[in-house]
Amino acid sequence: MTATENPTNYKWVGTRPIRHDGFDKVVGKARFGADLNLPGQLHGAFVRSPHAHARIVSIDTSAAEAMPGVKAVVTGDDFPALDPTHPNYDTAVNCMARGEAFYHGHAVAAVAATTKAEAKAAAAAVEVEYEVLPAVLSIADSMADGAPLANPNNHTKFAPPGDPSNLATITNLARGDVDQAMADADVVVEMGFDCAHVHQGYIEPHACVVDYGDGKANVWCSSQGHFRVRSMTADVLGVDNSKVKVVPAEIGGGFGGKTTIYLEPIAAKLSEKSGKPVKITMTREEVLRGSGPAPSAELRIKIGATKDGELTAIDGWMAYGVGAFSDMAGLIGAMSVASYKFPNLRMETYTALTNTPKSAAYRAPSAPHAAWAIESVVDEIATELGMDPIDLRLKNAAVEGDLTAMGMPHPRVGLVECLEALKASDHYQSVPAEGTSRGMAVGFWFNIGEESSATVNLNEDGTANVITGSPDIGGSRASMALMAAETLGIDVYSITPIVADTESVGFTDVTEGSRATFATGKAVVEACEDLIEQLKARAATIMGVDVGEVAWVDGAAVSPGHGGGEGGDPLTLAQITAQAKRTGGPLTATASLNAAGAGPSFAVHCADLKVDEETGEIEIVRYTAVQDAGTAIHPSYVEGQMQGGSVQGIGWALNEEYIYNADGAMENASFLDYRIPVASDLPLIETIIVEVPNPAHPYGVRGVGETGIVPPMATIGNAVKAATGVRMTSLPMSPPKVLKRLNER
Amino acid sequence: MHYVAPTTVGEACSLLADNPGSRVFAGATDLVPQMRTGRLEPSVMVDLKRIDRLMSVSHADGRWTIGAATPASDLTHNAAFTAMHPGISEGAGLIGSDQIQNRSSLGGNLCNGSPAADSVPGMIAAGARAVIAGAGGERTIPVADVVTGPGQTSLAADEFIVEFEIDDPAANTGDAYLRMIPRTEMDIAVVGAAVRLTMDGDTVSAAGVVLGAVAPTAVRVPAAEAALVGSSLDDDTLAAVAAAASAACNPIDDKRGTIEYRTQVAGVLAKRAAVIAAERAQNGA
Repeated sequence: MTATENPTNYKWVGTRPIRHDGFDKVVGKARFGADLNLPGQLHGAFVRSPHAHARIVSIDTSAAEAMPGVKAVVTGDDFPALDPTHPNYDTAVNCMARGEAFYHGHAVAAVAATTKAEAKAAAAAVEVEYEVLPAVLSIADSMADGAPLANPNNHTKFAPPGDPSNLATITNLARGDVDQAMADADVVVEMGFDCAHVHQGYIEPHACVVDYGDGKANVWCSSQGHFRVRSMTADVLGVDNSKVKVVPAEIGGGFGGKTTIYLEPIAAKLSEKSGKPVKITMTREEVLRGSGPAPSAELRIKIGATKDGELTAIDGWMAYGVGAFSDMAGLIGAMSVASYKFPNLRMETYTALTNTPKSAAYRAPSAPHAAWAIESVVDEIATELGMDPIDLRLKNAAVEGDLTAMGMPHPRVGLVECLEALKASDHYQSVPAEGTSRGMAVGFWFNIGEESSATVNLNEDGTANVITGSPDIGGSRASMALMAAETLGIDVYSITPIVADTESVGFTDVTEGSRATFATGKAVVEACEDLIEQLKARAATIMGVDVGEVAWVDGAAVSPGHGGGEGGDPLTLAQITAQAKRTGGPLTATASLNAAGAGPSFAVHCADLKVDEETGEIEIVRYTAVQDAGTAIHPSYVEGQMQGGSVQGIGWALNEEYIYNADGAMENASFLDYRIPVASDLPLIETIIVEVPNPAHPYGVRGVGETGIVPPMATIGNAVKAATGVRMTSLPMSPPKVLKRLNER
Repeated sequence: MHYVAPTTVGEACSLLADNPGSRVFAGATDLVPQMRTGRLEPSVMVDLKRIDRLMSVSHADGRWTIGAATPASDLTHNAAFTAMHPGISEGAGLIGSDQIQNRSSLGGNLCNGSPAADSVPGMIAAGARAVIAGAGGERTIPVADVVTGPGQTSLAADEFIVEFEIDDPAANTGDAYLRMIPRTEMDIAVVGAAVRLTMDGDTVSAAGVVLGAVAPTAVRVPAAEAALVGSSLDDDTLAAVAAAASAACNPIDDKRGTIEYRTQVAGVLAKRAAVIAAERAQNGA
């Protein structure tokens, strides 16, 4: 359902056409990362470190090279040594270790052979001598005095040059006088929290085929952004971007985890050495051990409030454990503190390195951890004050002009509208079913703009091709077509939306930060507006009138003699394109931009659940997600994002976690034991789309892809507190942890 | 590696005897994942699903005879069997997913040797017997004596289970199997508990209590059975059953659960299964 219908009466925007790429996906014709096979291709396999931290003393590849079917073996020595200050240095080292392995599963060599089995056997025959080094496995270990270095190349960012450190960032954000405000507060609640590493769990493992020939790497792969695959691959190989072409495959889920690379330069080098195309597909175990989970975190949050519910101060300490390479997770976590006015604020954050896989983005990266802690403490304050948790939040909700933790004023945002929509919802108005208890929480994500390009070509029959460089992860082809249809005034099914390769469309940043429908959509709209100006000029020529007399109405040119005051018929888009040859040639337009004004999206979630007090099991029986979409271009895909984020957050809340043994090896590297929710674990996720248009987008779009994962952990934690009186402070809230806390009660 | 699908028990026995490192399989739902991860590389894979005797379910002379390779779904969809032995049927119905149950079998579930096998506690509680074939002929032993430790059985290298014999229960008997997993399906038991009760009015006249996933093999809990017999499942009895079940646990700490958790929840599931078993017994299940 949609709570706040957009007042503008659009013809296409806000409708739910069948997605243009749907048929191919339903019948199995769509080609994903692993679906392309080239004649003569070899299969690649990795040798991975069995140690969390080790010096690589030597690698002997001679036995592997002599094995049947083996055509090439590569190690770190086959790649150029980048300067450690190069922005893709860490990516290069993460793709293939250079002298030191930084986590269990870190790639140290790779082989290409005629069959997968031969490649696997040869990888096992590569002899690597390691000198095991002390490993840093937890945030506490990483931050301890005298801790061994997780990665000697790491230096603290934004700090004066100094010795290597386990801390990638140390940041302090502050305003007002927190100590005085806490002293003056009527209620102060302070609690500590922690979160385990979790994985995005995309269903499609990383996969690519690379054909290296004539000095150029031709790459087919699934990713969230093929232009970034191009630049990263080129940098790791030490070649120009023009020497790498990346053709995007369909993508089977990314959620942030496919904004970086693991395979492509390795496959390229194996292809270069063997002279054959090389395909590499990760196993699920490799995905879990060797790609990028979300950070772990340790958090301490203290919030002060007046007795009438004004939140006067927040004092936070947050440390994020990001694996073995530099990251800014701590700073981003602090930046995500933006839901309440908080006149006094102090956020002290750290990004700590550990000898675990290099973190990657995961839907609103860093925000879920912070919101888990803060929304739990806010819930405690509501309980202490005897206030309804929505009313407490409404009293403090950030509105336009209020400052985020970073000190930036919010633009027009919809938190109040989301809270009011939940409060008025059937779910919140209902009494929780017998034996169930309710919790709610808020989530924020700022979203980003970045660079996008779009080309729109009008065909001679009045249909159109909309070409962009944004991989379609969540229904963006349909959204691009809807915005083009609305702008041009033609049928959405007369538009063919295309995701083009790196040599067929202008540069486009990764599909991340919930930016595709916002930024790439804006480029599509600008290209269509350019076309309308061209169409009006062509129409003026055909009509024999001055272009100033032509208007564009409902997909047709109108002038006084053509549908205007003097009668006659308007000239439709198809009538104009049919005469393109004699009025100046094909009609095409391109727009490129660096989009500013990505509108933040707030979400408010509510859960009713049961706790089995003898086993610690949590059963979610009702769940509602409310989110501000600005304008829902295709409401089904907005709802899909809200439901998907909710489900991933529920998994994060209940059972998902990396379990490491004492040596830093992941113990549960399979979907059997890394427990993402199954369908029967979940109720229908009810959705309420709130529409507070973003003034910086022609149709008011706010990105919706990420915020949905921010509120679920606290939503569930708050409901568990209501059910049992126990405040869970450690994620996941798995049955053993819940039962232990219930026993201690 | 070779794949062979014999059609007689004798042929299968010869294949096993003649090929060191060979391995029988039914659904292969445990074997294939073990081969994929490199834990097993059989020289010859002997498919038992072409042997009629291993694929049949029959009821005669007061007992069920269940071919060891019969898919679990043949049991869960067998209304007569399920009515008589609901606890065994529900254990078989928890293995993997629907698709897995169209392949997986009682024989495979048992001989894989996992302490967490869902169909095993119910069979032990029912006193089921395994008919074992080998080069030297056939022998019959209690199901409880098949598994000797994780991944280990008492079968010789040339032996396999042909079928199971499960006697019809005494009048007014009911059984139940409960397991704890952190999800609702597609998982491996963290704790399993089967209870079989025969009731005389409101009083328990006979009891079987067997736990899974809390020790190197499924374990029978005589102390819990003793607490049940003669009781009417009052709160004190159920508390005693839970305490006895917890005391019988000798679990491991691993990625699937902690010692502390498994020990406590074994007691909870044992008493809950006892209540269900009694209800079924009294309702003529």
